[in-house]
Amino acid sequence: MTQKRLFGPEELRVLLHRLACQLRESHRFFEHTVLIGLQPRGVALAQALAHLLRTEYGIADVATGSLDATFFRDDFRRRDEPLRANRTEIAHSIEGKKVVLIDDVLYTGRTLRAALDALHAFGRPQRTELLVLIDRRFRRELPIQPDYVGRHVDALDTEKVRLDWSPQGELESVSLIQEKSAQ
Amino acid sequence: MSSLSVPHLLGIKDLTPEDLELVFKTAEQFKEVINRPIKKVPSLRDITVANLFFENSTRTRLSFELAEKRLSADVVNFSASQSSVKKGETLVDTVNNILAMKVDMVVLRHSAPGAAYFLSKHVDASIVNAGDGAHEHPTQALLDAFSMREALGKTDLHGVRVVIVGDILHSRVALSNIFCLQKLGVEVAVCGPKTLIPRHLTELGVRVISDLDTALEWADVANMLRVQHERMDMRYFPSLAEYTSLFGVDRKRLERLSSIPVIMHPGPINRGVELTSDVADSEHSIILQQVENGVAIRMAVLYLLAAQRTPHYTA
Repeated sequence: MTQKRLFGPEELRVLLHRLACQLRESHRFFEHTVLIGLQPRGVALAQALAHLLRTEYGIADVATGSLDATFFRDDFRRRDEPLRANRTEIAHSIEGKKVVLIDDVLYTGRTLRAALDALHAFGRPQRTELLVLIDRRFRRELPIQPDYVGRHVDALDTEKVRLDWSPQGELESVSLIQEKSAQ
Repeated sequence: MSSLSVPHLLGIKDLTPEDLELVFKTAEQFKEVINRPIKKVPSLRDITVANLFFENSTRTRLSFELAEKRLSADVVNFSASQSSVKKGETLVDTVNNILAMKVDMVVLRHSAPGAAYFLSKHVDASIVNAGDGAHEHPTQALLDAFSMREALGKTDLHGVRVVIVGDILHSRVALSNIFCLQKLGVEVAVCGPKTLIPRHLTELGVRVISDLDTALEWADVANMLRVQHERMDMRYFPSLAEYTSLFGVDRKRLERLSSIPVIMHPGPINRGVELTSDVADSEHSIILQQVENGVAIRMAVLYLLAAQRTPHYTA
């Protein structure tokens, strides 16, 4: 396994601030907005953005939640192991709200498709947007595009993009992982 | 570890402690699903399940059927009273006829112990045992243990004390519960009329307590079994009134205890026999939570078993 660091803490801090500003710009005071992190790896990002909006951008309250799309995936029974589900917590009604789905990496788009289905069990949002920290371009298998992007990363199919968080919930690095040597 | 070690759910005896943990973890997620405004997920969309009930059951069949429908499976129901079993068809023939209609999973209840094992050897479908005679009723044991975890607020049941009260002899719920709880590290005792306690039960490491008050004082959880009149081919105790006075739980009996155990019952309750109404409906009873958890547990079992089947549309 080889690991290549793409972005470090300083760069990521600027990047998160930029995403928070973009959200602030289009959602004003977040009265009708819910930020929903996708399980398992989008939740920390949603929490970090909500924290930033509260502490740095004077938003009194940002509604957040987490959504697990496991039972809605289209690759159930096509994998060797059954998919493990994670907790969904959507305390706020999303009926008529603006929902921002948040995930760490957008790759094939299949998780997002499942998430859109899963979201419907909780009501009909007025509008649904997508925010991702890393957009792996040219790898989409479905017509899904993000509304807010941290960075674009072009990588091989055999590579993985991984985010590392500190125990305090700070984004420390984004790396490119190569599982086996590319031959 | 995220798949079951078995292709069928025939009995708790075959499961590992890791299997039990996986079922509970999965059921927790399904419990959240069935409390959503829309309680349905598409996971088993391409699966057809046949519920074959060769013995009467309302709640177990209903619970399985709801679980299947909430996973988006197609469901066919079959009960012996309307069937060709009466015309002399064998179990394997009946089931193969149903499988010829492209059924993937079979939920089987049968009065013969081992019916589910037998079927699993002869047909190509995932089998879920929904009760085979006095042998096992695995999903009931799973939902009971899951409900105990919830009621006691802990995921590790090591050292918890559970007493199973009543007709142990005829009860598949008792046997499955004993296997399940012991795998989870629970101390299990049984209590009931001597005639309704199998003689060699102590060999399973189960304690036998003959006095109910002693048993309730000892236990953290009391699982009250139903007196199964329909299975009693002879008189096992002199009268129902005597059974109730010795092994029935009422409020007075509970109030004498230093701490009141969690009261469970697999249903249907004979009110005034095993439990009085004021106990069954009290805050100590988790009977209705058991029913709710039953659907989540059955969804988890069906989901995990379905995951092991090869999809129809791959080569």
